[in-house]
Amino acid sequence: MFGIVFGITLFKSDAVSWFRMQEMFRFQGFQMFGIFMTAIPTAALTVFLIRKFKIKTLDHEPVQIPTKKFNWGYVYGAILFGVGWGLTGACPGPIYVQIGSGLSIAILTLISALAGTWVYSYLKPKLPH
Amino acid sequence: MLLLNTIILKLIDLLRQPWPWYVAGPIIGLTVPLLLLAGNKMLGISSSLRQICAACFPGEISFLKYKWKDQLWNLFFAAGLLIGGFIGGVILKPVTPMPISDATVKTLNSYGITVTRNLLPTEVFSWSHLLTWQHLIIVVGGGFLVGFGTRYSGGCTSGHGIAGLSTFQWPSLVAVVLFFASGILTANFLLPLLLK
Repeated sequence: MFGIVFGITLFKSDAVSWFRMQEMFRFQGFQMFGIFMTAIPTAALTVFLIRKFKIKTLDHEPVQIPTKKFNWGYVYGAILFGVGWGLTGACPGPIYVQIGSGLSIAILTLISALAGTWVYSYLKPKLPH
Repeated sequence: MLLLNTIILKLIDLLRQPWPWYVAGPIIGLTVPLLLLAGNKMLGISSSLRQICAACFPGEISFLKYKWKDQLWNLFFAAGLLIGGFIGGVILKPVTPMPISDATVKTLNSYGITVTRNLLPTEVFSWSHLLTWQHLIIVVGGGFLVGFGTRYSGGCTSGHGIAGLSTFQWPSLVAVVLFFASGILTANFLLPLLLK
């Protein structure tokens, strides 16, 4: 359900468009920056309220947010992901949305991304972290 | 009855228009608290790639041998994105597209790319144009790096950019700054080389 709304929103706001990404990476349009600049504070404020008022989950459990521990994978991985993002104009979310909207070529992007994830998993013990 | 019909038609009409950032951003942001409240789920779309790998081809890889079934919601979320793409792109097919800035259109034209109202440039992203190695690098190589890089860095735009930054996790900030910088360099310098 959340995925459906998220997907429609990504599509309707053009966040799944290769052209829109090229515009963003050249700082020639505001749409994507506007999305990030409203999405992150909205999330930050609501998460702050959940913590402050100790709002429980639907199963009455305390809300827990896992802490990310730094390792060098964040650096190497992010640089590599950025190259892929710049070329395909898509992060994982938009790839699914593109397929759903009927672009069969995006299936190839998804298969390539799955191959990338698999190869990383295979090489993980040998890669610097 | 007639009034209700008119309201619904007007609403659909409104939904078919492109959504401005101040509508889309808050909806995307609200996904983070809603997923947390729905059962301590942390937004992160690239995790679904790991799950599909674990479900289909785990081999003898320890990183793929985890209890992926405990996080089935991730796959449901990805399935939702597919359905969302269908609803947004087919049912609510946009009437008037949101224009891309003139400067970007000009730059892309100079690479031989026509800006259309599709999501992807057909000069590169179509089955019949895959045969050159440059286009294969863009689609297959780019896709590979998206999968490899997001898992290496433990997240993508949603997991680090939206969920990580909004919960003030500094490793996510490192990742976001780097993948954004790397994306800028790629789009401005590597992509033109591959298209020319």
